Amino acid sequence: MNLKELYQEIILDHGKNPRNLRKTDNFNKDAKGHNPLCGDKVHVYLKLDENKKVEDISFEGEGCAISMASASIMTDLVKGKDEKDVKEIVSDFLQMIKEKDEIQTNLLKEDEKTKLMCLSGVKQFPMRVKCATLSWHTLTSAIDRSQNEINTENMDL
Amino acid sequence: MNIDNIKKEFPIFNNKVQNNDLVYLDSANSSQKPQLVVDRIYDFYTKEFSNVGRSVHYLAVAATNLYENTRVLVQQYINAKDKNEIVFTKGATEAINLVANTFGQKFLSKGDEILLTELEHHSNYVPWHYLRQSKGVNIRFAEINENGDVTIESIEKNITKKTKIIAITHLSNVTGAILPIKEIIDLAHSKNIPVLIDGCQGAPHLKLDMQELDCDFYAISCHKMYGPTGLGILYAKKKWLEELPPYQGGGGMIREVKKEGITYGDLPNKFEAGTMATAQVIAFGESIKFLNKIGIKNIEKHEKNLTMYGEEVLRKNNSVKLIGNPKNKGSVLSFTLDGVHAHDIATILDEDGVAIRAGHHCCQILHDKLGLSATARASLGVYNVKEDLDKLNESLKKCIKIFNG
Ligand SMILES: Cc1ncc(COP(=O)(O)O)c(C=O)c1O
Repeated sequence: MNLKELYQEIILDHGKNPRNLRKTDNFNKDAKGHNPLCGDKVHVYLKLDENKKVEDISFEGEGCAISMASASIMTDLVKGKDEKDVKEIVSDFLQMIKEKDEIQTNLLKEDEKTKLMCLSGVKQFPMRVKCATLSWHTLTSAIDRSQNEINTENMDL
Repeated sequence: MNIDNIKKEFPIFNNKVQNNDLVYLDSANSSQKPQLVVDRIYDFYTKEFSNVGRSVHYLAVAATNLYENTRVLVQQYINAKDKNEIVFTKGATEAINLVANTFGQKFLSKGDEILLTELEHHSNYVPWHYLRQSKGVNIRFAEINENGDVTIESIEKNITKKTKIIAITHLSNVTGAILPIKEIIDLAHSKNIPVLIDGCQGAPHLKLDMQELDCDFYAISCHKMYGPTGLGILYAKKKWLEELPPYQGGGGMIREVKKEGITYGDLPNKFEAGTMATAQVIAFGESIKFLNKIGIKNIEKHEKNLTMYGEEVLRKNNSVKLIGNPKNKGSVLSFTLDGVHAHDIATILDEDGVAIRAGHHCCQILHDKLGLSATARASLGVYNVKEDLDKLNESLKKCIKIFNG
């Protein structure tokens, strides 16, 4: 286990000063996520334009440094991407957290990939993986409107 | 057995946990097990195993006797009047479900009230909640005061003509508040209301005397009491066990089974359907003997001193905020740390081998009331020493350093 890998500067920074922690005006998609085990809560708001591009994304919520940083980095990275690409990024991120070593998608720039890789430290902390993935699952659910509320107890990771 | 030297009775402390000496501060969640208890499970399975109460062969009779011996040990430990007032369950959760279900079935109807407190563990709320749906009962919550205590006044205020049962914790697993249960029981009985005590956190730490206390039901969790998992105890006054309908149906709890109808067995078999957690029950006998050898008075004193020391150490740390300041406090230290979420605290402490719990500790109602989504909790057992609390404090300083520079 390596705490330094988990609590990197970027994570601490995003955890303390989360970007896009607000509620988008005139959002047209949203979803809530909840991790009942630790009480983490997140509400993701999306505003897609007519071409299904993310015009704005924001979130409200409370949780540990990992969950706040993860949501903050996520909202930063998907802004401006279209819906299909957002889904590809989400799926790539979730695979990286679960099994893969790298972020593979070409949709992100190198420095963006590096930022996301900062979250890979949670792999060594199985109890904390859900903290990192909650906002991402919630984003998927907002796009799909598949579930009103994501609950980390009903899904793998 | 000398309590200052008791760690050596617990084999878990002989091994390193991720290269650290274990500083175990999560006993309110579950306690560690003495060697004697572990050995008893092994010995039972390797030398004495048989199912209880069914066959007449040698091993079956011996196992039945061992099983029943624990019932007597428990009866004596909690000073119950009759050994048949001790019912084994799979945990305190099942003990409470048993009462909520059977009492609800028989005695509750639409509009009746159940009185709980804001301190209750989900195990002492959810089973009663079912009765809202099935019976249309209402649930009231006696409020906590600013110290995280529930006073007799708060209980009294919430008793109405419709109150049919009061179910409250003995000792809060978050604020550590020890409730004035004797006064509450006396008050309730003066109004003919039975009382269930969730004794999960009381039984491992406080002297118990069911006859003096006069409660109607008392639920115990054996795995928090230096015993095996998968086992709990329901103490219930005999008159209740006689009056309440059976909970689960199956083998062992019946007298006669005919196509036309069934009659039920005597106490306590009526409430022990199916094959029970035999090895656990037998091993729990060793837990009781272990507690008896140390002496509950010594345990109370030891844990009181440690709790006071822990509070003192944590109070000196300006970033720590202790949750609750009850009049009588058990060995639970819940806290928050400025600028660091409870889960991050737990992960960072873990790297130093300091095991605490973070979250809402199955008490969402209480955390909502406190306006907190999560707290960190250090809870103590017989094996803890002052150095454990110093280690906790050192690790907390490390958290502050990582997060606040
Ligand atoms: C106050 C309280 N009540 C009930 C329970 C549940 O006990 P058990 O694990 O035996 O079902 C616990 C333990 O988590 C507890 O702390």
